[in-house]
Amino acid sequence: MTTTSLKETPLACWHTEAGGRMVDFAGWNMPVQYKSIVTEHMATRTAVGLFDVSHMGEFIVEGAKAFDFLQHMVPNDVSRLSEPNRALYTQMVREDGGTVDDLIVYRRTNDYLVIVNASNIDKDWQWLNQHVGQFEGVKLKNISDATGLIAVQGPKAVDLFAAVVGDWVRDIGSFRSGEATVDGVKIEFGRTGYTGEDGFEVIVAADKTEWLWKLLLDKGAAFGIEPCGLGARDTLRLEAGLPLYGHELTDDISPIEAGLGWSVKLKKDNFLGLAALRKQHEQGPQQQIVCLKAEGKALPRQDYKVYNGTKMVGKVTSGSQGIFVGYPIAFALVESESAKIDTDLAIEIRDKHVPARVVSRPWYKRK
Amino acid sequence: MTLSYPAEFKYVKSHEYVRVEGDEATIGITAFAADQLGDVTFVELPAVGSKFKIEQKFGVIESVKSVSDLFMPVSGEILAINDRLEGEPELVNLDCYGDGWMIRVKLSDPKELDSSLSADQYKEFVVD
Repeated sequence: MTTTSLKETPLACWHTEAGGRMVDFAGWNMPVQYKSIVTEHMATRTAVGLFDVSHMGEFIVEGAKAFDFLQHMVPNDVSRLSEPNRALYTQMVREDGGTVDDLIVYRRTNDYLVIVNASNIDKDWQWLNQHVGQFEGVKLKNISDATGLIAVQGPKAVDLFAAVVGDWVRDIGSFRSGEATVDGVKIEFGRTGYTGEDGFEVIVAADKTEWLWKLLLDKGAAFGIEPCGLGARDTLRLEAGLPLYGHELTDDISPIEAGLGWSVKLKKDNFLGLAALRKQHEQGPQQQIVCLKAEGKALPRQDYKVYNGTKMVGKVTSGSQGIFVGYPIAFALVESESAKIDTDLAIEIRDKHVPARVVSRPWYKRK
Repeated sequence: MTLSYPAEFKYVKSHEYVRVEGDEATIGITAFAADQLGDVTFVELPAVGSKFKIEQKFGVIESVKSVSDLFMPVSGEILAINDRLEGEPELVNLDCYGDGWMIRVKLSDPKELDSSLSADQYKEFVVD
């Protein structure tokens, strides 16, 4: 018999005491919901939601050749981080084009901070270390355990964050970052998120995470804040058309197939996976992630089969009720011939073929 | 939130309740089941007049989180279904024993109820 103990974020006790329903997410003891997924989803769309994402991984990349190393590791162009306090969404790709992980790279004053998916911390750490050798003097540090990460998201998120940190944070643009000291505690933050809403993701020392969480909740009461679990995080990112590693991106699905071609810079001299991605771009990918809007009320779920007429052309990778838009939605990986916008497909739900149309990404876009 | 289980109802391990009135019964899912499912988005119910045996699947309930089959806690013929659930599936979360009921049946074998659980027995079952 083997026993595995779940990893916990600095907020695990708070979640349990607040009535969070705790589940095993990629080896982490995390809340899937507090009140209800619908309540938390709607609060984030209409007011502000607070998310504990401390389970995510944080690595520091430093050294004179840190830029060259990162430029080699990712398909997006790291030279866009031309000065500190800028952030970039990208992936790491295998030689065959499959995706190792997707991540955000932040340029800081003297180094780079990389934020990766919780489920891939060990894999990414190995992958980076496996390739760092040829970049002399580059040092990698895994600060995941020492670091808390809180996302504050929603139309009132900037008002709340400005009330806590100062009005100047309003001037920080999208995919820009900054740092501040609040009551003597140092925080770093990016105007980034994973919900389709405006807001910030905030890094703080592990032992100050609960303090910051409670401060944001306390000040957030006036703005209609709700703490949100991983359930709402998933329905929000899906509705906003954002991929989730393990679903729309995997070792077998490239960023181009996932519809993230905008973040793949094929004009770069070289990066891991360039040849495979260039070939996919030139020949067109065999398979693609599409957005489906389904009829009826039954919900599409992962692995349900997708048909074009009588031919099975793919499978659902993520599906749910589009809680804000009000109809069932799904990402599906389908053969490229069935991927054009307005193609009428069908999802097999409990032996019935439910009509579903390919629509443009995303289902929800904030005004 | 404490979940309640009315003492006058019968329960089965597949988490449906039975409210018996003479040779008829109203059936829905328990507070425990509704709480586990979370936000209910869709309830698929059978046609009035159809007949089911005990433990046979009579419908499907979907929430944002998951999908589950609904099973007959007794054998019988469907006399009525709760049409309100079509437009307001959240009634299952708000009031599972009242406005969130699912089907009304004519019992074909009331003795089947002898093997169902009392409120106390069901409560013990879900706590374990």
